[in-house]
Amino acid sequence: MLLIGYGNPGRGDDGLGPAFSEGMAARALPGLEVDTDYQLVAEHALAVSGHDLVIFADAEMGGEEAFSFREIAPGAPDVLGSHSLVPETVLALAETLYGACPKAFVLGISGYEYGEVKEGLSEKAGANLAAAEAFFLDWLAGEISSRHAAHA
Amino acid sequence: MSESRLIEISPVTRVEGHGKVTIHLNADNEVDEARLHIVEFRGFERFIRGRLMWEVPVIVQRLCGICPVSHHLAAAKAMDMIAGVDQLTPTAEKMRRLMHYGQVMQSHVLHFFHLAAPDLLFGFGAPAEKRNIFEVIKEQPELGKRAVLMRKYGQEIIEATAGKKIHGTGAIPGGINRNLSTERRDHFLASIDEMIAWAQDAVKLARDYTLEHEDLVSEFGSFPSNYMSLVRESDGALDLYHGTLRALSSTGDTIFDQVPYTRYHELIVEDVRSWSYMKFPFIKTLGPDAGWYRVGPLARMNTASFIDTPLANAALADLKAVTCGTPNNSTLANHWARMIEVLHCVEKIRELLNDPDLQGSDLVVTGDRREEGIGVIEAPRGNLIHHYKVDEHDQVTYCNLIVSTTHNNEGMNRAVKDVAVKHLSGREKITEGMLNHVEVAIRAYDPCLSCATHALGQMPLQVELFGADGTLVDSQTQCV
Repeated sequence: MLLIGYGNPGRGDDGLGPAFSEGMAARALPGLEVDTDYQLVAEHALAVSGHDLVIFADAEMGGEEAFSFREIAPGAPDVLGSHSLVPETVLALAETLYGACPKAFVLGISGYEYGEVKEGLSEKAGANLAAAEAFFLDWLAGEISSRHAAHA
Repeated sequence: MSESRLIEISPVTRVEGHGKVTIHLNADNEVDEARLHIVEFRGFERFIRGRLMWEVPVIVQRLCGICPVSHHLAAAKAMDMIAGVDQLTPTAEKMRRLMHYGQVMQSHVLHFFHLAAPDLLFGFGAPAEKRNIFEVIKEQPELGKRAVLMRKYGQEIIEATAGKKIHGTGAIPGGINRNLSTERRDHFLASIDEMIAWAQDAVKLARDYTLEHEDLVSEFGSFPSNYMSLVRESDGALDLYHGTLRALSSTGDTIFDQVPYTRYHELIVEDVRSWSYMKFPFIKTLGPDAGWYRVGPLARMNTASFIDTPLANAALADLKAVTCGTPNNSTLANHWARMIEVLHCVEKIRELLNDPDLQGSDLVVTGDRREEGIGVIEAPRGNLIHHYKVDEHDQVTYCNLIVSTTHNNEGMNRAVKDVAVKHLSGREKITEGMLNHVEVAIRAYDPCLSCATHALGQMPLQVELFGADGTLVDSQTQCV
């Protein structure tokens, strides 16, 4: 299982993705490989191709809840740039290049302040991060439990 | 009689950052004017002021997510000068070079395979849905896999030397903060021969494209210009990390040579135009009309006397043979030049990995403090200048950046107009494919528009409103 948290910690709440993945990495959860980056790039396709389950953690603009969690499928965008890979495109590249099609989810954590060049999350984004972490740990425990049951 | 028309391509796609092209057609559908507008504004030079000099090499990486290492190293070189250090330890210089070669390699690979390849493989006028990396991969899956692995290799070199893939902290004033472990060295050596073989294949791909499409390449956005780059001080060899400034004319005549880059401001003037945030540099002795110049991979091939790695040097000779040794003025030949540089970088990486200095422990030197520092490097897209002054509290009081895309501003504008005149003039109907021709001309320069905008308070933005009869209705100028 692979978790990729991405975003720019130098742009306020855009650092939610890295803050999430670094928090999970610090917990050293068994079976969960963690990667942190500034943006999604082509070689992430190679990384996801080696896993059967991938979670992309990112800051979300305009979210109505503290966080959202949704399953995604491979998809090519209309315009492909090196700065603009989205999780669906990474999955499409993995499928096209390596024949890999892992189950994948996007965890979008709501953020509010992106304009200034500054490090650190806003107070409300920090609370959303905590809520997302609690949800994810619970979801992960269920996922691991069902995997064990399937192998029993 | 039909009315004049204005065509906009906004945003320009498959380049870094956001730009806008406007093409003004007259009543006969002939191109009157065509311009590349830079619509992003970053203001880095202003907000870097007041920061501590030690922070600068890390902060300036935020200019760009694609070539952060180039900004990191140019700033670190400037800070070396302020720290009074004129010569790094062998370990420090070689670690920085390794980082830089990894950066140039991954950036060039990204551009060639992901951004430019769809145009080259499918044609500039191919349907938009065909011109993307997925279609390239479908036709040539092995090429796509190699592109991913080559970029990954370059990124891992950066991570090993700078601590992180993006926005690392490796270079510090006077040196470097780590060496390369033998485990990492052996990891990279295990696949270096494969990387060299793939780089040779990439050179062949770009070379064959250029020669097989010679008629197109020689006329597409091509025109004579001056060229400028760093070259190695002793012998004029290609040197991406350090050297002296050399500028040649379109016919190969020397404009200046072996000039220390700390004197760049004696050589170059930055002109301002009201319709772009980006400045227009020119060579002072030649003036704005004749003194504009181009930088980047092809400029470096034109200015370098030779390349000090054998495979890349043979490839350079092949390129130079096309123009009998004189500068190559074909904009699209940049792709070929770019792949020669990938090969050079990989050869250099192999050379460095086999050098025990990378495992040395003498990482930093100190010297007598200065108040001003200038660092210049050959970034993937061309010459990159960082210039700082600091006060007695180590706080930055002055910052001037001339990034590669700014050096190429005039060249890109001329390429846009050249292609617009050749491919759009006189056409009753403008297709998306025709417009992509204009984008191809810009893309050949691999511009990083995010980096290229200028300082807060120095760049007036002029907005003019014209009525239907062509008279000026309103004009606003603001200093933002």
